[in-house]
Amino acid sequence: MLDLINVSYDTQIPNNVGLSSDKRVLKALEKWHPGYINWWNDLIPDNFQQSLVYLRTAVSVDPKGWAKFDYVKMPEYRWGILLAPQAEDRRIPCGEHAGQPAWQEVPGEYRNMLKRLIVIQGDTEPASVEQQRFLGLTAPSLYDLRNLFQVNVEEGRHLWAMVYLLHKYFGADGREEADDLLRRQSGSEEAPRMLGAFNEETPDWLSFFMFTYFTDRDGKMQLESLAQSGFDPLSRTCRFMLTEEAHHMFVGETGVGRVIERTCQVMKENGIDDPHDIDRIRALGVIDLPTIQKKLNLHYTLSLDLFGQEVSTNAANAFNAGIKGRYMEHRLDDDHKLQSATYMVWDLEDGKVVRKEVPALTAINMRLRDDYTRDASGGVGRWNKIIDKAGIQFQLVLPHESFNRAIGVFANGRFDPTGRRLGEAEYDAARAGWLPSKADGDFIQSLMKPQYEPGQFAGWIAPPKVGIDNKPGDYEYVKLHMA
Amino acid sequence: MNAPLKTPVKQHVIDPEICIRCYTCEMTCELEAITHDDNNVVVDAGKCNYCMSCIPVCPTGSIDNWRMVPDPYSIEEQFGWEELPAQQDLGTAVAGAAEDAEAIDDAVARLLDEAHRGAGGKARAPVSAAKPTVNLYTLGHPVEAVVQGNYRLTHDDSGSDVRHIILGFEGRPFPVLEGQTLGIIPPGTDAQGSPHLPRLYSVSSPRDGERPGYGNVSLTVKREAQGLCSNYVCDLKKGDRVRVTGPFGATFLLPDDPAARLLMICTGTGSAPMRAFTMRRQRALGRADGGPDGGPDGGMTMFFGARTPESLPYFGPLKKVPQSVLRQHLVFSRIPGASREYVQDRMMAERDAVAELLSDPDTHIYICGLKGMEDGVEKAFASIAESGGTRWDALRDAMREQGRYHVETY
Repeated sequence: MLDLINVSYDTQIPNNVGLSSDKRVLKALEKWHPGYINWWNDLIPDNFQQSLVYLRTAVSVDPKGWAKFDYVKMPEYRWGILLAPQAEDRRIPCGEHAGQPAWQEVPGEYRNMLKRLIVIQGDTEPASVEQQRFLGLTAPSLYDLRNLFQVNVEEGRHLWAMVYLLHKYFGADGREEADDLLRRQSGSEEAPRMLGAFNEETPDWLSFFMFTYFTDRDGKMQLESLAQSGFDPLSRTCRFMLTEEAHHMFVGETGVGRVIERTCQVMKENGIDDPHDIDRIRALGVIDLPTIQKKLNLHYTLSLDLFGQEVSTNAANAFNAGIKGRYMEHRLDDDHKLQSATYMVWDLEDGKVVRKEVPALTAINMRLRDDYTRDASGGVGRWNKIIDKAGIQFQLVLPHESFNRAIGVFANGRFDPTGRRLGEAEYDAARAGWLPSKADGDFIQSLMKPQYEPGQFAGWIAPPKVGIDNKPGDYEYVKLHMA
Repeated sequence: MNAPLKTPVKQHVIDPEICIRCYTCEMTCELEAITHDDNNVVVDAGKCNYCMSCIPVCPTGSIDNWRMVPDPYSIEEQFGWEELPAQQDLGTAVAGAAEDAEAIDDAVARLLDEAHRGAGGKARAPVSAAKPTVNLYTLGHPVEAVVQGNYRLTHDDSGSDVRHIILGFEGRPFPVLEGQTLGIIPPGTDAQGSPHLPRLYSVSSPRDGERPGYGNVSLTVKREAQGLCSNYVCDLKKGDRVRVTGPFGATFLLPDDPAARLLMICTGTGSAPMRAFTMRRQRALGRADGGPDGGPDGGMTMFFGARTPESLPYFGPLKKVPQSVLRQHLVFSRIPGASREYVQDRMMAERDAVAELLSDPDTHIYICGLKGMEDGVEKAFASIAESGGTRWDALRDAMREQGRYHVETY
């Protein structure tokens, strides 16, 4: 009997999809495999490749035993193909085919749409590893270094997940797309990654934490809506990926939280109450709260752009086709077809920001973005609790959705973080107070010195409250190879 | 007189300061016992059946918190939490049960506490030990295993029938760490007509399986003349189906530190966890003779007692483990024509080596076997420590507190 719960190791590629009896796909993946290993080996600095990292590896899709923690050299990480178990009699959850049996094969009429969605999702996975490739050199602790690598290897596994779908269901052009996923490079002139936010570099650890909090959360929302797909293999793939994605959210939320905690602590120790006393705070080697707000403004708004146009026929088509659902589609209580429902979206009318009712079907992107904003604001609230607990008068806030946008109705408009429309000159004069300047970046960069002693943390970040896998504070999460 | 005190229950709670509200646990819980409001993710004590499915999926560790309570906290109370309430003072015996819990059902927890008593105080896991999973399967919800093999480990004429039993779980997860135990439920009912309670056996295979990657486990079981379960287990045939509970045990564990030095003292089937430790180390270290690519390897020393070589489980396989990996002292008490030698006698003969191990903060000691061995081993340790000017009970208590001294006897 085919074991669909546990990973099988009878091929070079661990999987729970019975690869050993699917010769065509196995051959295609084995052909793709060396290119992937080359991509990985060219990417991460060599001394880290040789180091032993305490990583979790997915070994099953049964929640009771899905992952194992152990020391692994990253090039020997078992990237596998894992799909959540097939739900019995699963139905297409939304759109015009709602209620019909979910597709086990690609429906011909939606082939291109589906392929494009998988390629876009697949493209973001290696892109973020490329963006983060040099961070290991400035890790604030072995704990953080380990978390970075955990995120990296899992993004690698998510690439595998998408490549499997391309190879399995899309024949020759699927294989071509899979090759292109390794050909494009984040930030490259000739062959950049497909989405803007994934071509920005991640220059420092605060950016990394903001990225995993805000940008990976977009990834989470996209995975959530693809997990609702009527194309069952895609749904099952994404459902399992979400289990891993939760760790990436964790790295972001606790990372930013620990930076804030440390800043507040050092301010208190030195009798500084004014969070805007920036020079004094920076002189103590921690990142001032206004700068953290600026980084938040930047990463949040870049991530909003990833949701595309507020009103979009592509999104409407994908929903109507049953290819991509809404966030928590199965928990929503409506007709799941949106034939007559409406939804409020932002728009500009005569230069004014207004709320406008549009057919809900066309507002799928906006709705997902609203769900995203709600999800993202939770962590901001918890960060504020840290500041509040320290007795410092300061509140982090998510900027208005019109601020600093490049896609959608607000694209290239001039708005302040509260959503007030500004003139060009007024905006330019105030911009440095809202978005990180080069000087801010240089300051943060000046703090980025590696701390590789077990149990020690760089001065600008607090230690975590609990270790990974319940390990004690001085656990050697990475046994560095220092040759 | 006061009203009789309620029996406290163990309540599953989530630490709101650590939780990031990803709701992965909520999606995983089949009973929908986990829910959230805008503030917190909480567990409904009325619905939770301790199935533990939510524990491994949590990215933060906030899910793995427990409180002993006379009355469980309601969902509404938990929604209001900014932080976890402290454990109420219910007396140390009760409160202590919430941390480092060896098991969740009381009967099993009591058995293990009893087995660990010889350490002289509350057992603690090595600080670097992997986090064990406990109570995945219970008397009410056991997992069915299939016997993959049953091999006699001792000579036919040795008078001792010790078996190596291999169980597979047909794809069901059974995440067990070296040093943990599992329960086997013998078929049938007792004199009162109730089903038999599980009997506990130490797992003798490493965490990645008796065969690497296969998730199967092995046990080392001795046939006891009147033993209900041991006779059942020793008579099992390949293909037989067995009801299993566990895993159990959260302290008798291997440090996840290649530099740690292991001193293992065992008799008879007490060798089961030692076999698991040895195999784990050999596999994890990759090379048969040392650390990963020249990395640190603390090494292992074993004092293993039996009546004769013919009745010593794993005598053949042990001989194949190089002394550079595992320094072996196989000690026999019934060799015709030789004087009786017990593990404590050999420890005394090796006193310099043992003293050196005792003085090293990287040393972890494991003692496993029949209760009867405890005294002799303690006396040997006391004598060796004290001849070096160290008080044994102080050293033992310190080592135990640091998770470096482990006893499991029965």
